Amino acid sequence: MRVMVTGVSSPIARLVASELLARGHEIIGLDRRAWEGAPAGVEMHAVDIRKRAAEDLFRKWRPQCVVHMATVTHLVAATEERYRINLGGTRAVFEHAGAYGVEHVVFVGRHTYYGAGADHPLYHHEDDPPMAVSTFPELADLVAADLYACQSLWRFPALATSVLRLVYALGPTGHGTLASFLKGRYVPVVAGFDPLFQFMHEADVAGAICASLDQRLRGVFNVAGPSPLPLSVIVKEAGRRAIPLPEVAFQLMRGRFGLPRLPPGAVQHVKFPVVIDDGAFRKATGWAHAHDEDDCIASFTRAFPRPA
Amino acid sequence: MSFVRLPIDPVVRARVDRVELPWNRLGLDPYGVSKVHLAEMFTAFGWLYRHYFRVRCFGAERVPPRGRAMLIGNHSGGVAIDGAMLITSAFYELDPPRLAQGMVEKFMARVPFISERQARTGQFTGLPETAERLLRDERLLMVFPEGARGTAKLFWERHSLVDFGTGFMRLAMKTRTPIVPVAILGGGEALPTVANSRALGQLLGAPYVPIPAYLLPVPLPVRMEVHYGEPMTFDGSGTEEDETIQAHVDAVKRAISTMLRERLRALGREPAEGLS
Repeated sequence: MRVMVTGVSSPIARLVASELLARGHEIIGLDRRAWEGAPAGVEMHAVDIRKRAAEDLFRKWRPQCVVHMATVTHLVAATEERYRINLGGTRAVFEHAGAYGVEHVVFVGRHTYYGAGADHPLYHHEDDPPMAVSTFPELADLVAADLYACQSLWRFPALATSVLRLVYALGPTGHGTLASFLKGRYVPVVAGFDPLFQFMHEADVAGAICASLDQRLRGVFNVAGPSPLPLSVIVKEAGRRAIPLPEVAFQLMRGRFGLPRLPPGAVQHVKFPVVIDDGAFRKATGWAHAHDEDDCIASFTRAFPRPA
Repeated sequence: MSFVRLPIDPVVRARVDRVELPWNRLGLDPYGVSKVHLAEMFTAFGWLYRHYFRVRCFGAERVPPRGRAMLIGNHSGGVAIDGAMLITSAFYELDPPRLAQGMVEKFMARVPFISERQARTGQFTGLPETAERLLRDERLLMVFPEGARGTAKLFWERHSLVDFGTGFMRLAMKTRTPIVPVAILGGGEALPTVANSRALGQLLGAPYVPIPAYLLPVPLPVRMEVHYGEPMTFDGSGTEEDETIQAHVDAVKRAISTMLRERLRALGREPAEGLS
């Protein structure tokens, strides 16, 4: 099968591309960033998904499937640029997919779509509303991209669309929101709160995306790995030290004194859990995670030991 | 993370090991309930249960030892001491011990430290989605259908019952969950509220703050009782008309008020008006 992977140079998209290659698919990778040492079977194109050159690739190469991972998630990126990439890029993918006969698009979204709050249920289902727009306004573009991708289920009925909402990735590349939060020697937490965090191994992220391609999955699905753990336990197991701060101090000190840079809305996600139910995905694909919580944390910690 | 680690009685710790939940290597269940936090809570609550409130428990054998069930109780006494003692009763009086998981007022999850303790001991914000999931996972759910209106009862109203919400009944029918009615005596005497300050409550983000005659909202060491009634089951889907649901709710309320009335008479005390 001819599979296009957008945003292929990110560490986790590389795993996806490599896994697809290993399964015998032809891969074309799109990214403005280079992928040094990309496997010979991955045809790289340094193009912006929103530009004409990307459309040309759809027309000439005629991918059967597209895995859309070209979204910016690091919240320190300039908001305007994020909106252009996350919304403009997602729009371009679906427009081209509809126009050039793509059979299946997998949109890789995030579980933070549901937002965190004191009165939010534990274990969100796919039909829960996207409360992140109010609890964590800096995520609005990612929520909008997710909803835009959902539209394609009725706009392009001939196209199988999978909208996946994945939990945080954790593993040896150290890529992703949770991994970045844990990288320093000290991890700031809000005193008096200890939310559950849900994460999965990077290799399981790749496996789950491949499973959705294999099954030509249609619909919106939560994707998670092992059971969630309290933040304090993750910090301790990763060999870091939690620094409990009153909420006001947390807001003042984020990004300073060697603590992670976070937008103001992030405090909600350090106080309250975002936990999802992925039963529908597992039932539809037969997929199961291969790495438990110990594996995830240990593989991250081996690659990123506590800084001296 | 807890700043304060509370003492743990090794006997209680061993009993926590007998609670039949799907624990992982770290002693956590999929909801984040922690064995360590349970052991801390039940060490402290166990002392209160046995020595401070000297709780007497009747009919514990009526609670299903395994599988989904709902404990439906009556509130009184300013703060939910009755809830705490009911959880403790399910832990100490049932064999194997069970964790009763309460549906807590929303404001509690916003209070630092309480929020964390609540989450690690399985006492979650009262939401229908969470309650349904817990039941489908074969947990023991604890609900006080009088809600905050129940704990807001004044001392002279302590043995009365205010209106019950109906959500628990629809959920019980939808999930085919047996209901165990529970009558709790003594909460109103432990914290004899003479007024509720809604202004003070607003300041603290709570519905109200109970004011006892002696001003400090500290419970008195009075004897409490927990009476478990016969399990009740109600057929249906939970989508029935309000009248049908209300009739079932009234049946549960009647079962609780009958237990209260009979016990109060046995103790030589006059039942409150409105206890049928």
